[in-house]
Amino acid sequence: MKIHDTPMIDQLEEGEWPSFVKGIKRLRDKHPDKRINEMTNDLLGQLEHSYETRKGYWKGGTVSVYGYGGGIIPRFSEVGDLYPKSKEFHTLRVQPPAGNYYTTEILLKLADSWEKYGSGLVTFHGQTGNIMFIGATTENTQSFFNEINEYGFDLGGAGPCMRTAQSCVGSGRCEQSCANEHKIHRLLINDFIDEMHRPALPYKFKFKVSGCPNDCVNAIERSDFAVIGTWRDDMKVDQLEVKNYVAKKGRKYLNNTVIARCPTHALSLDDDDTLEVDNKNCVRCMHCLNVMPKALSPGDDKGATILIGGKRTLKIGDLFGSVVVPFMKLETGEDYRKLQQLAEETVDFFAENALEHERAGEMIERIGLVNFLEGIGLEIDPNMVMHPRENSYVRTDHWDEEVKKWQERKTKMEKTVIDAA
Amino acid sequence: MAKVHPRTPIESGCPDGIQYMHPVMRSNFGQWKYHEDSQPGVLRHVANRGDEIWTVRAGTQRILDLFSLRKLCEIGDRYADGYVRFTIRSNIEYMVADGAKVAPLIQALEREGFVVGGTRNSVASISHTQGWLHCDIPATDASGVVKSMMDELVDEFKSWQMPNRVHITTSCCQINCGGQGDIAINIQHTKPPRIDHSKVANICERPLVVARCPVAAIRPAMVNGKPSLEVDERKCICCGACYPPCPPMQINDPEHSKLAIWVGGNHSNARSRPTFQKLVVAGIPNNPPRWPEVTAIVKRILAAYKNSAQDWERISDWIDRIGWKQFFELTDLPFTKYHIDDWRYARKSLNSSSYIHF
Repeated sequence: MKIHDTPMIDQLEEGEWPSFVKGIKRLRDKHPDKRINEMTNDLLGQLEHSYETRKGYWKGGTVSVYGYGGGIIPRFSEVGDLYPKSKEFHTLRVQPPAGNYYTTEILLKLADSWEKYGSGLVTFHGQTGNIMFIGATTENTQSFFNEINEYGFDLGGAGPCMRTAQSCVGSGRCEQSCANEHKIHRLLINDFIDEMHRPALPYKFKFKVSGCPNDCVNAIERSDFAVIGTWRDDMKVDQLEVKNYVAKKGRKYLNNTVIARCPTHALSLDDDDTLEVDNKNCVRCMHCLNVMPKALSPGDDKGATILIGGKRTLKIGDLFGSVVVPFMKLETGEDYRKLQQLAEETVDFFAENALEHERAGEMIERIGLVNFLEGIGLEIDPNMVMHPRENSYVRTDHWDEEVKKWQERKTKMEKTVIDAA
Repeated sequence: MAKVHPRTPIESGCPDGIQYMHPVMRSNFGQWKYHEDSQPGVLRHVANRGDEIWTVRAGTQRILDLFSLRKLCEIGDRYADGYVRFTIRSNIEYMVADGAKVAPLIQALEREGFVVGGTRNSVASISHTQGWLHCDIPATDASGVVKSMMDELVDEFKSWQMPNRVHITTSCCQINCGGQGDIAINIQHTKPPRIDHSKVANICERPLVVARCPVAAIRPAMVNGKPSLEVDERKCICCGACYPPCPPMQINDPEHSKLAIWVGGNHSNARSRPTFQKLVVAGIPNNPPRWPEVTAIVKRILAAYKNSAQDWERISDWIDRIGWKQFFELTDLPFTKYHIDDWRYARKSLNSSSYIHF
């Protein structure tokens, strides 16, 4: 095997941060399997060629496994004549366990399987949330998938389809968690396996689940359907811990860093160093809980806020998800079934009404939030807007009927509160 | 070779994570009381009934070779309890029930060249995707940019010197897989696509490409007797949206595809609603293998943030307080006409008040 010269990428071996180039070279030089040595040698050759010419040389195509229409990112080299052993270098997107939890045992098992069929390169995880097994020939993708599929791993999404979902570390470790992220994650995504494996949606659709408004999986900005854990009763305050915090950091620090940063001015420090919380006006931003996790905790009446339509720039510009359900209790089987139904209604509506290559947020931008809400059977709520309409270009023909609806909703809500009490 | 009957897949979907969870975490699921940060890279979570779980977080090269993955597992078996997870920024986390295991675990990770840190008010690992190693449309190599930059920011990863956490992202095209960040380093093309008219008819579905353009600058055309596409170059915003569906519309340019820096993106709801990142510098050379120009500017922004922001202010909170005028002064970066938005709803970004920073 003739080793390619790689003077440019060799410079990425230096420095303290772990080097991916060193890692690929280990596969080239030290792996017992000649197939892996040759494949990674040619990969390094092509990468060096890219560094020299400042251009990429991979092209897509069509590769999948038997029975599926997606889940694999096909890569064929445009310079395969120069680097023949890596000319087919497909990535398998594999769904990770919810919360990205692994044992070393299962990781080693995946490593053993990948060693038989792939390049030996893997990423935990891609930005959508998949395990990325990078570099397999067309022939080997099927064999690798067959093997890992037998012990519980399945492909994720690629193309215009349901994409792999993501959830945060959650209830397994985090004191801020207000939801069972694992359950929500698997309940939602495993209901759309067919839409994931057989791309037939207008464009991609992503679920992400964060257990609290810190939104560690970036659900509001990076998913079409964001589930954010929250609570609606009073936050819990351990006044002794508040006093300890004041004793340690000082009143001025607490006033400047906690009280003054509350976005709705819902906090004040009393003269006896206890904290007063105006819970009615707290918007659950999490800042004070983040600063003082020992003293402050979420309340007990937990649930989730649902936002729809987050995405990055293409085509109309960046969009945040926006609230479609301000609060949803997630306790009983029926509660979870309601969440599942909401997801089903949303995806059905998206499939039927979005234009080709249009994300859910863009569709809502085009048709208006009200049409979307009516389409999936959700009721409007003032929590869905930053403020009411500012421009006067609107027809209000059915104003009286809409007022009646609002009053009916109000009565219904009041009755629910009374029933609950 | 005999033809094997195709195997029908088991459509099992997303695996249950709880089966791979540390037993202490499983038994205290949803019952955590608080956490403390004992040192950079280490978290100590305490459950209501008093159980503890310690987490040690380490940065990796993200594109892991099997030797590195097995080494990480070996460390997990020998020095930890065999339970790990990965953060969304590709750090590995080891969970152990006994605090006495933390120090030897850190030593083992550092001995093998992994970097412990990335918690609380540090510069976290940079989120990114594949670049030239694997992507079909990249103008740069995010992995290389990240490696070069983290080499220079590694001390900030290992310490708590920033006012709050700093999430950096990089992306090799404007699709921006790296996502929103406190600081985002993204490709910004500056020239319209160059079209290989001999290939368009065979490769591209033309109406689909026309529909993909955000500014309606693409239209069907006959070129040299062949059906092709043409671009109104005055309208073109060089976003590259036409390139993925139509590779003969080459947008990547070794010289004119530049790097740009955006700041102030924040996913969290803490203190203020989530925010998108804003353009602060463009025209930075895409200069492999170590991209020194972009790292120098990132370090300058970080230095200004570190000196001027208050505790717990993210970059977006900090700029909200000090104003953009002061941001450009403190970072010594030029403010140009390209900073003023002209996309839809651009007026919402204009200052319609007498609030002026002097």
